Amino acid sequence: MVRMLLSRLAQAMLVMLAVTALSFTMFRFVGDPVQLMSREDASVTEREALRDSLGLNDPILVQYGRFLGRIASGDLGISFRNQRDVAELIAERAPATLELVLVATILSLLVGIPAGVLCALRPNGVLSRLVQSGSLVGISVPTFVTGTLLILVFSVTLRWLPSFGRGQTVDLGWWTTGFLTPSGRAALVLPSLTLALYSMTLIMRLIRSEMIDILSTDYVRFARARGLPSWYIHFRLALKNAMMPVITVTGLQVGSLIAFAIVTETIFQWPGLGLLFMQAVIFVDIPVMTAYLLLVAGVFVVINTLVDLTYALVDPRLRTRGV
Amino acid sequence: MTAALEIDGLRVEYPRGEDGTFAAVDDLSLVIGAGEIHALVGESGAGKSTVGNCIMGLLDPPGRITAGSIRVASRSLDIATGQVEGLRPGRDIGAIFQDPMTALNPLFTIGRQLCEGMRHHLKIGRSEARAKALELMRAVEIPDPETRFDQYPHQLSGGQRQRVVIASALSCDPGLLVADEPTTALDVSVQATILDLLRDLASRRKLGVLLITHNMGVVAQISDKVTIMRHGRIVEHGASRQVLGEPRADYARALIGAVPRLDRKLHRFPVTETQNTAETAAQARLAGRVRGATDEGTDLLSLDNVGITYGGGFFGAPGFKAVTGASFTVKRGEIFGIVGESGSGKSSLASAIAGLLPIDEGQMRFCGQPLKMRRGQSVRQAIQMIFQDPYSSLNPRLRTGAAIREPLDFFGAGDGLTPETLFEAVGLPQEAAGRFPHAFSGGQRQRVSIARALAGQPDLLICDEPTSALDVSVQARVLNLLKDLRDRTGLTMLFISHDLSVVRQMCDRVAVMKSGRIVELEEAETLFTRPRDPYTRDLLSLIPTLDGLAPAPQLAGA
Amino acid sequence: MASTMKRLTRVMPPYVMVAAAVGLLIILAAIFAPWIAPQDPTSTMSFNLMDSELPPMWVEGGDPRYLLGTDNQGRDLLSAILYGTRISVMIGAGAVLLAATVGVSLGLVAGYFGGWAETVAMRVADVFLSLPAILLALLVAGIARALIPDADSVFWAPIILIAAIGINEWVQYARTTRASTMVEASRDYVRAVRIMGLPRWRILFRHILPNIVGPILVISTINLAAAVLTEATLSFLGVGMPPDYPSLGTLIRIGNEFAFSGIWWITLFPAVTLVALVLAVNITGDWLRDRFNPKLEGKS
Repeated sequence: MVRMLLSRLAQAMLVMLAVTALSFTMFRFVGDPVQLMSREDASVTEREALRDSLGLNDPILVQYGRFLGRIASGDLGISFRNQRDVAELIAERAPATLELVLVATILSLLVGIPAGVLCALRPNGVLSRLVQSGSLVGISVPTFVTGTLLILVFSVTLRWLPSFGRGQTVDLGWWTTGFLTPSGRAALVLPSLTLALYSMTLIMRLIRSEMIDILSTDYVRFARARGLPSWYIHFRLALKNAMMPVITVTGLQVGSLIAFAIVTETIFQWPGLGLLFMQAVIFVDIPVMTAYLLLVAGVFVVINTLVDLTYALVDPRLRTRGV
Repeated sequence: MTAALEIDGLRVEYPRGEDGTFAAVDDLSLVIGAGEIHALVGESGAGKSTVGNCIMGLLDPPGRITAGSIRVASRSLDIATGQVEGLRPGRDIGAIFQDPMTALNPLFTIGRQLCEGMRHHLKIGRSEARAKALELMRAVEIPDPETRFDQYPHQLSGGQRQRVVIASALSCDPGLLVADEPTTALDVSVQATILDLLRDLASRRKLGVLLITHNMGVVAQISDKVTIMRHGRIVEHGASRQVLGEPRADYARALIGAVPRLDRKLHRFPVTETQNTAETAAQARLAGRVRGATDEGTDLLSLDNVGITYGGGFFGAPGFKAVTGASFTVKRGEIFGIVGESGSGKSSLASAIAGLLPIDEGQMRFCGQPLKMRRGQSVRQAIQMIFQDPYSSLNPRLRTGAAIREPLDFFGAGDGLTPETLFEAVGLPQEAAGRFPHAFSGGQRQRVSIARALAGQPDLLICDEPTSALDVSVQARVLNLLKDLRDRTGLTMLFISHDLSVVRQMCDRVAVMKSGRIVELEEAETLFTRPRDPYTRDLLSLIPTLDGLAPAPQLAGA
Repeated sequence: MASTMKRLTRVMPPYVMVAAAVGLLIILAAIFAPWIAPQDPTSTMSFNLMDSELPPMWVEGGDPRYLLGTDNQGRDLLSAILYGTRISVMIGAGAVLLAATVGVSLGLVAGYFGGWAETVAMRVADVFLSLPAILLALLVAGIARALIPDADSVFWAPIILIAAIGINEWVQYARTTRASTMVEASRDYVRAVRIMGLPRWRILFRHILPNIVGPILVISTINLAAAVLTEATLSFLGVGMPPDYPSLGTLIRIGNEFAFSGIWWITLFPAVTLVALVLAVNITGDWLRDRFNPKLEGKS
C-alpha cells in the first residue's frame, strides 16, 4: 500500500516535471521574450543588457531551475496582452470555471450512472435502446452545435435564460459565486448543460459496458444461484465492482471538463479560465498559455492520485497486497 | 423418504439458424435420493452443464426448457420461469461452481458473502448469521474461521475458497447440491480432500448431490449412481460400480476404455477407428528424416543443476524462483516425462529448453554442445514443441498449409517433404492444408500443431501438456498418434503433464517435480509400482482412478 | 476483402446499413466536390457580393441558382459545404493516418520487445493522456501561431490541424496495439515460431500484425469521427481553417454570427452536414466495435 502510494507519487512528479519542461520550452523559446519586452527602437546593447538581466544567457538548466522556483512561489509571469500578473488573472477567473465544472460533473453523474445501469440490466428494453441511440447522437454532436442550439431555443426564441455571461455574482472576498443570486443561477443552466451532455454520454456508455461484463462473471452467477434477490445483486454487489472504472472516469472527466470548458465558455462568453486561454491562443499570449497548461496538468495529476487512493480504499486486493 | 431431485423428460432447446432449433438436452430423466451422489458425465457439448443451469435457475436466454419437469424435494419447478412457489435456489438448492477463483466477489469479505444468503433466506440477524457462518466454516474444515471470516477471497488459497463456496452453498440447509465440475480447477491433492468433504457432507447431512463432471476418476471415487450423456441424451445410467465396471452401451465402453489407467501400462489406447494406410506410409516416410533414429540410447539432452528465476532485479526485489537445481538426462529415442502440480516449474523448464526463457543457474547441453537461449539455426530446428491450448497454438489468420510450409521453407526441408505428407502422417486428410484453423476441432488442431513441429524434422519434441485441454476420447487418439510417431520414427520426446495416468501410459522414465525441484527421477515402471519419495506416494494415492472397478480394456485386434 | 464486405453487409442491421450508406455518400461527395459542386467557393472570381445572404431556394426570396442559399460573401452554400466537407474529411483522415502510423509502430515495438523502449513510450503516452485532447490541440495550434507567421494560410493551416489532432490520437493506437501485441505474443502460435527462430520482423508482420489489425481498423473509424469533430471545434474557435478556405467548422463559425439575426441557413446546413457525417461514422464504428470485441460477443 505504502509502496504503491510512493510509486504513484513518483509518477505524478514525473508527469509534472514533463509538463513544466514543456511549459518552460514554450515560455523560453516560442517567441523571443526580449523582442516582446523591449521598445521598438531599443539598441542592440540595450537588448543585450535586458537579455542578461533576464538571465537568458545562463545555461539552460539553470534557467529551467529558476523557472521551477518561480512557479513554486506562485509567480507565473506577466500577460503580454493585458500587462497583468498571470497568477492574479487566473485567481480572478477560476471561480467561474470551477462552478461551471462542478455543476456539469454532478449533472453528468446523476444522469449517466442510472442510465448506464438501466441499459446494462435491460439491454433490449425500449427505454435502454432509446438511451443507447441517444448517447450515440450525444457523442456525435459537437459542443458548439449543442450550445448554439440551446441558445437559439431557450434564449432567442423562448427568452427564458440568458445566452451569455455569469449574471449577477456575489463577491465573498476570495471567491465570486453565481450560486447566490437568481440571475447567477439562471446563467449557469445553459453552459453547464452544454458542458455536461458529452461527459454524461461517456459515463453512461462506460457504466453500461462495465455492468454487462460484471453481470456475466462467475461471482454474479454464483450470487444468483444462491437465490439472492436481483436488486441486491445489481445494486449492492455488482455496482460496487462497476464503480471502480467509474471512479477513474469521473476523475478524468473533471479534468477534461475544465479543458472542454474552453469551448463552452467561448460560446456563452463565460468569464472563466477557458475564455482567458482561448484569447491567449488567438493573441499568442505565451505566459497565459503556459500558466493554463500548468494549472490543468496540476489538477489532472492531483485528481489521478486521488483516484488511485480511492481505488485502494475500494479494492481490498490493493489494500492488502504484500501483507 | 422423498427424492432430493427428480427430473423427468427434460428438453432444452436453443434457436439455431433462421428458425430451426437445437436440443442441448433431450428427454433426460434422473432421480437422486437423499444422501446420494449422482454423477452426470459426458464430454464437452454433451449438455451436462445445461442440466445443472436449469435446476439452479441460471439457464440463459435464448435457451429454454420446452418439455419435461423438474421436482426438488417433491415440489416442482415452473418450467416457464424456472421458479416455484416456496422453492428458491440458494435455500432449497445449493450450488458449487467450477472455479473458486472467480466464484467469490473480490470486493467483499468471506463472512459477508457467507451471511448474505442466510440473512436473506432465513431472515436471521447479523450475529446469528455470523455464528452459523463460523459453524459452517468449521464443518467444511476451514482452519481458523474467526480470522478467515473477515478476510477477502484473495487472501485464501484455491482449495480454501472452494470450501467457502461449499459452505455458502450449504448455508441454508438445502436438500440438494448441484456441483458443476467442483474440482476441475484444483490440483490433485486439493481435489482429493474436496471430494472427501463432499462425500462426507452428503452422507451426514442426507444431502442429494448432482455432480457434473467430465472426470471418470472422480465419478468412480465418490458417486453412488452415474448417468452418461452424449449429445444431450442419456447413453447409459445405473449404479456407478456397475456402469463403470461393465458398461453396456458402445459409447460408454469407448469412453471408459479411453481413460488412461494408473495401474498398468497399455501399448495403445483402445479407440474405435484404426490407423489408415496413408498415415502409416507417411509416418514411415518421415522416419529417415527425423534424426532420432540413429544412435538410440545415447544422451541427447542433459541438464545440470538448472535454475530459473522470474522477474526481480528492480530495486533489488527478489524474483520468483520457478526452478531450482534441476538435473536430468534425456536419451535418444525415449519419452521422458516430467510430472508435477501447477506451479511446480515443469512448464518453465520446458520453455527454457525450447529457448523461450533464460536460465540463471547451471547449464544445459544438447548433443554434447552447450545449450543457451541464443542458439544456432540447426539447434532451433532440432528442438520443437507442441502446446497445451489447441485454440492458441495456431495462427487464426494463416491457412494450416501455410503454417506448416513456413518452417519447411525456413529450414530448407528440400526434397519431397510437403505439408500434405505431414498432414497424412498426423492422420489428417491432405485437403486440410487449405483450411483456416477455425474449421478444425481441438483434437485436429493439436494434430496440425504436431505436423508443424515435425516440419522442423526435430531430434527432440517437447510436449507441454499436449492433451490436457482435450476430451478423454480425443486425448486417447492424440496420445496414440504420439506413440505411433515414436515407434515409427524413433523421435525423442520430453513429455510434460500434471496427469500421472497419462504419464504412466506415455513415458519410459519420469521426473516428479514439486515447488521447482525434482523430488524423484525413476524408470516409469519402478516409479508407479514402488515410489520412494513420500510426495510421489501421496500423489499416486490421491488420484481418483477407475482401478479395480473397470476391467482393463481389451485392445481391439491386438 | 470483397468477400469480407459482403459478409459484413449481410449481418448489418438496417440502421447501420443506412448510417454506413449516408457516411459513404457524404465522403464520396466530399472527395468529388470539384466535379459536382456548382461553383468553386475558394475562387473569388466565381461569386458575387451582390448575391450575399440569399435564403435557400424554396424560401421566399430564394434564388434557383443557389439551392441552399448563399453566405455573407455571396458564396453558394452548397458548394461551400461540399468543399468544406472535403477539407474536414481530408484533415481528419490525415490526422488519423498520422496517429495510426506513429501509434501502431510504437505499440508494436513496445508490446513485443518490452524493455526500456516500452517504458519510455508508455510513460510518454501517460503524460499525453493526462492532458485533455482539446487543450493539447489548442496548445499545438497556439505554439504554431507563435512560430509560423502565416499560420492562417492555406498551406500551413491544414498541416497544423493534422499535427494538433494527430498528437492526441496516437496514444490510443499505441495503447491498443501494445495491449493486443502482448496478448498475441504470449499465444502459443507465436511461441512456436519463436522456437523456430524466425526473424523478429517476420513474426511481427506476418504473425502478429494480421491478428491485431481488426481492432486498429475499428478504432480508426471512431477516431475519424473524433478527428473531424476536433477539427470543426478548432475551426469554430478561430484557430483552424481560414474563412477563404473554410472547413465545416469555419462555415459554422461564420454562420453563427448571423444566426441570431434570422439568417439561419449559413450555420444550419454545415452543422447538419457535420453531425450527419460524424453520426454516420460513429454508428458504423460502434457497431463494428461491438461485433469484433470478443468480450461483448454473444451478449445483448
